[in-house]
Amino acid sequence: EVFFPDADHTSPPVTFLQELPSYRSVLRQRGAGGTQDRRQNTRGSVRPPVGQTRNLAEGTGVENEALVRSIREYALNIPEKRRLRAVQKANVKYLSRWDQWKQNRNRSWKKFLDEIKELSSYLELWRHDIRSIEGKFGTGVQSYFSFLRFLVLLNFIIFILMFSFITLPSTVSTYGFFNSSYIKVLPKNIEPKCTIYTIKGTKGLVYFYSYIIDLLSGTGFLEMTSLFYGHYAIDMVQFSGIKYNVPLAYLLTTLVYLSLSLIWIVKRSVEGFKQSLIRKEDQFQSYCNKIFAGWDFCITDVNASWLKHSSLQYELKTDLEEERLKQKIAGRRTEEKLRIYCLRIFVNIIVLAVLSGFFYSIYCATKYSQENICTVSLRNNTCDGNLLVQYLPSIVITLVNFIAPLFFSNLIRFEEYSPAFEIRFTLMRCVFVRLANIGVLLFSLGTQILTCADKCKACGYNHELYPCWESRVGQEMYKLMIFDFIIIFAETVFVHFPRKLLVTYCSWKVIKWCGLQEFAIPENVLEIVYGQTICWIGAFYSPLLPAIATIKYFIVFYIKKISLMHTCRPSSRPFRASSSNFFFLVVLLIGLVLAFIPLGLSMTHINSSKACGPFINFNRIWDVVPHTIDGFPVALRKVLYGIASEAFAVPFFMVTCLIMFYFIALAGAHKRVIVQLREQLIMESRDKLFLIRKLTEAQTHS
Amino acid sequence: MGNKQTIFTDEQLDAYQDCTFFTRKEILRLHGRYHEMAPNIVPMDYTQDPDVKLPIQLIINMPELKENPFKERIVEAFSEDGEGNLSFNDFVDMFSVLSEMAPRELKAIYAFKIYDFNTDNFICKSDLEKTLNKLTREELTAEEITLVCEKVIEEADMDGDGKLAFADFENMISKAPDFLSTFHIRI
Repeated sequence: EVFFPDADHTSPPVTFLQELPSYRSVLRQRGAGGTQDRRQNTRGSVRPPVGQTRNLAEGTGVENEALVRSIREYALNIPEKRRLRAVQKANVKYLSRWDQWKQNRNRSWKKFLDEIKELSSYLELWRHDIRSIEGKFGTGVQSYFSFLRFLVLLNFIIFILMFSFITLPSTVSTYGFFNSSYIKVLPKNIEPKCTIYTIKGTKGLVYFYSYIIDLLSGTGFLEMTSLFYGHYAIDMVQFSGIKYNVPLAYLLTTLVYLSLSLIWIVKRSVEGFKQSLIRKEDQFQSYCNKIFAGWDFCITDVNASWLKHSSLQYELKTDLEEERLKQKIAGRRTEEKLRIYCLRIFVNIIVLAVLSGFFYSIYCATKYSQENICTVSLRNNTCDGNLLVQYLPSIVITLVNFIAPLFFSNLIRFEEYSPAFEIRFTLMRCVFVRLANIGVLLFSLGTQILTCADKCKACGYNHELYPCWESRVGQEMYKLMIFDFIIIFAETVFVHFPRKLLVTYCSWKVIKWCGLQEFAIPENVLEIVYGQTICWIGAFYSPLLPAIATIKYFIVFYIKKISLMHTCRPSSRPFRASSSNFFFLVVLLIGLVLAFIPLGLSMTHINSSKACGPFINFNRIWDVVPHTIDGFPVALRKVLYGIASEAFAVPFFMVTCLIMFYFIALAGAHKRVIVQLREQLIMESRDKLFLIRKLTEAQTHS
Repeated sequence: MGNKQTIFTDEQLDAYQDCTFFTRKEILRLHGRYHEMAPNIVPMDYTQDPDVKLPIQLIINMPELKENPFKERIVEAFSEDGEGNLSFNDFVDMFSVLSEMAPRELKAIYAFKIYDFNTDNFICKSDLEKTLNKLTREELTAEEITLVCEKVIEEADMDGDGKLAFADFENMISKAPDFLSTFHIRI
């Protein structure tokens, strides 16, 4: 029975409506006959009604394949599906030999894939942990831990790459395994000044405590190991006839791990991007999304479900609040608008000023730290060994990372944006600060290496303070990483746990009001993206750094899990899984792009150090590539030069632009078609209602 | 594969594998779960396809469903008689549709049924109100509920009849980004 939309019509139901084709297809659901197909049949042209299954026989082999594959996607109950399957099996003999064989092959291939998937699910790291987190806290928090797992795997793969192509050949040939020999790098045509490189603190008696200092700051005995760039002084390795060019391998492995990271991240983010394309712009306002896709069906824990109920409530109330705010904004007069814009410009200027202050402090801290790590004196170079001085840049960066979000979230209140936009904008600012801090550190390090009171002419860099500047950069990245890990650990143990103990056992009102630490997902994600950017930049200067990063993230997983389960309460501000996955990967991608810049600049613009490393005989690190190409046969060389020349690059760029333009136009056309079809649908149903009304009028009058 | 289980014939397991998104192991595990809810009623031997149904009260006490505000509606949507009594086929079907691998269109069909409280093939305002109350445990005021229902109908209703038909619902779900990740139960 179909009722009219306007409530004051109480006319009896019209019978002819039940003859409409669209209604008949819905009727099956009611189970009027009891044994009929009770599920709604909306699979469209592929799925014929039950009575016509025999017609499948007339289908071609290809069509049958498609049907066999998607039988589980039909909205039928299992006995019906089995009947359909039996029919299809019976129809197999109507197919030709070739189609039968194809079908069997497809089926066994599918079974094989299923088996592989089942086996590989056992190999999945932390499968059980992440599932239990999902059950207790929902998919938003679970996406953070999946992201962490992804980073562990990524770092592990990078480590395998670096180890097998850089460290392993060097180590194997040094000890002479597998009949390998190596040719050490011999400096040619280099000023002897540039090649002096003594590692401090390794001569004579070494105190135990300086061992610890060395471990924590990468100097001393660690500087000599294969952890840092300076150790790899091998030019060529020979494995019974095969020559292995170490400098080229070093450079190419770096490029490979960067590209691999890029491809993997883009592949993972394509899913989220596809979804965000079809989404409406106003994602925060989508009531339908909150009501019909809001409840996490995975939740099994009582506390989590209570939390989910309250967060849904909070979301709906916030959205209604935003509605009211929107109406208020729409009703603003021009003078108010002017006032608000002036206020926003003013606040942004303040933000920029404060940011410059932060960046300048990092610059000064780095400068001070670099100048005081090792004092150059005429007698001998003494290294301070003071951990505070060594870690000063890291400490300053951590402080900035801590203060900046508080500062931004308090300041944005004055700008009077809508609550949803406030959250987004603050997050964007925090991302910028975190990643820019690393950039500032590297920039200040770069200026230190390159500025010298006319000492640079000989080697192109400050060879007295930085005989092996790549190792020094590697050491800074190493220190940043260690300090980051220490901070994560210390925060959980020395801040969250006491807070939990206080809240549980102390009954002061102030403490109860403060409550437990909130497990804020965006801030945690920024933390690990920051660590990953350091790893990407540092992996070139310190090939074993990815291994340290893998171990670090492995331990961080357990620290965060314990922290979540025992000391934190989940955030009352909901964080949606779909948007969060895409957001994490976008931030990670920004970090990767940021990592490209210092690496690219240092490889192509700064002279490689002449006292250590495999690139002694090259002016700059990148020069190894032209040098290798010069050794290729003439034809190949011509092709490669041709590709790198403008005659190829410009047309290639133009073709890429054209293709991109085509796809953008295509997407725009599709969007327009969707809008048109929607309008058409609305019109059609209005037509239908009109006709129904006319018909009933005609019926009642006749 | 040399399995020594006697619960299902190989042919039955193959049929289940083709008709659902589960593997053999998962189907056997599901049978174990189904059996342990009522060991006296559910036989261990399913080779003869026994006609056994479990009442709704047992199913909604499963840990996977216990905290779900829509648990009754879910079970009712998958039951043959509409009352919530599930046979093993219905049980497997339910978890198959709610698993990760089911496509969006299939899930949308059943989601529509779940949210249609009065089973009139439309999600009307009263259905929406019931859904909202279940979601927020009746903490919203009447005015807020009306506002939200109006907003939902405004967003999703395309033909202007004041309620959502399946076409409206499916169109709206295709644009809801969280649907696939939230509308799934792990078992």
